Amino acid sequence: MTINPQLNADGSLRHLLTIDGLPRAILTHILDTAEGFISVSEQEVKKVPLLRGKAIFNLFFEASTRTRTTFEIAAKRLSADVINLNINASSQSKGETLLDTVDNLSAMQADMFVVRHAQSGAAHMIARHVAPHIHVVNAGDGRHAHPTQGLLDVFTIRKYKGEFHNLRVAIVGDVLHSRVARSQIHALTTLGVPEVRVIAPKTLLPVGVEQMGVHVYHDMLQGLKDVDVVIMLRLQNERMRGARLPSSQEYFKYYGLTQEKLALARPDAIVMHPGPMNRGVEIDSSVADGKQSVILPQVTYGIAVRMAVMSILAGN
Amino acid sequence: MNLPSANSLIAQLAAAIKPTLTSNTVLVGMHTGGVWAAEHLHPLLDINMPHGSLDISFYRDDFERIGLHAQVKPTRLPFEVEGRDILLIDDVLYTGRSVRAAMNALFDYGRPAKIRLAVLIDRVGDRQLPIAADFVGAALRVPSHQHIHLVRDDELQLDLKLVDIS
Repeated sequence: MTINPQLNADGSLRHLLTIDGLPRAILTHILDTAEGFISVSEQEVKKVPLLRGKAIFNLFFEASTRTRTTFEIAAKRLSADVINLNINASSQSKGETLLDTVDNLSAMQADMFVVRHAQSGAAHMIARHVAPHIHVVNAGDGRHAHPTQGLLDVFTIRKYKGEFHNLRVAIVGDVLHSRVARSQIHALTTLGVPEVRVIAPKTLLPVGVEQMGVHVYHDMLQGLKDVDVVIMLRLQNERMRGARLPSSQEYFKYYGLTQEKLALARPDAIVMHPGPMNRGVEIDSSVADGKQSVILPQVTYGIAVRMAVMSILAGN
Repeated sequence: MNLPSANSLIAQLAAAIKPTLTSNTVLVGMHTGGVWAAEHLHPLLDINMPHGSLDISFYRDDFERIGLHAQVKPTRLPFEVEGRDILLIDDVLYTGRSVRAAMNALFDYGRPAKIRLAVLIDRVGDRQLPIAADFVGAALRVPSHQHIHLVRDDELQLDLKLVDIS
């Protein structure tokens, strides 16, 4: 067995880079800890002193609103000092390499890096490079992984459904380009969801997706039948320009979630979306704003889950 | 060492606490032993307000040394803390560090009018902070290589246990 670069020698979590390969006990520990952080947002003073004196650097090499903001709020509620760096192409083009940037910030006494990068593996590279006391959280790398999104999604599912062992979950849309879908699939299968379905046209599925333990559907009407959870993925506009899809209207007709299609799922099914949503492309507004939608609670739970991840890492 | 029964200590505490209650008093148990003790005390005290439960994991002072406590439990305070007369319940008072953390946690929910402390066991000697309990079930001297705490069986009955620290 190869050594998991995310784990310390004693098996505790040192970095969070991907959900792939993490034992169920670690995922459950993160979810249970996040449960404890929910009450912090009910406090008059929405802060706990756990990470007082720690410096957390949000390194965002790729645009993000929700993820960066919720990481920032999470770190601040843990009393850490947060430094946000939105590093665009122009500042990188000054010639400093990614690892030089990291070395310079480490020299400023960084304790943790939260990294978003367009290149798959960027967070891994930083994790291999940093000094032993520094922790790295992957906030999305290329098409590879977005582990805290996967964790907040399973946290949301557990909040509404209680258990994992009796669920059918459908993930609908552009799985091929989606790091979110990969992390969701790993989280769901590790936690024991017996039936994870992916629903997409062949052109938006990675080759060999069945090997991740999912059931593949190309027809949304079949795939949604009797599911407990529907997770919609964002259709990135740039995909439309290539030859993968005819048009957004055509896509909406076959793979957009409408009330009529949602009626095929179980009556108590919940609808999720990692955001940002393309209303009228992958999801109809009446569903996004409907009573089965838990899209905004996902955002709120994201704060508690990120607080859990950061405090567990910092303590290990 | 002969340990007193948890039930008799709870009955004794209830008798001592009862004359001091006001309509503004609420019970807050500290996870986990203190919550169990609060659950048993509550029906003996005729308090209308449900009891609260407090987890102090995020306020401990040993995070740097041992990291996050393995079992974080949700804090539930089903009342306004602001202006309240709070009776904090724990199973054992020893170094006083947990009570310090609990008071800090409570103040992040509001400014209580008063906080008092009731414990089943006051483990005397080795207090590390200037903290004392208002109500004590029994004062005990426990050897430093031993640990005393409350346990709960399948019938929800409470019992005190001494264990050797390995």
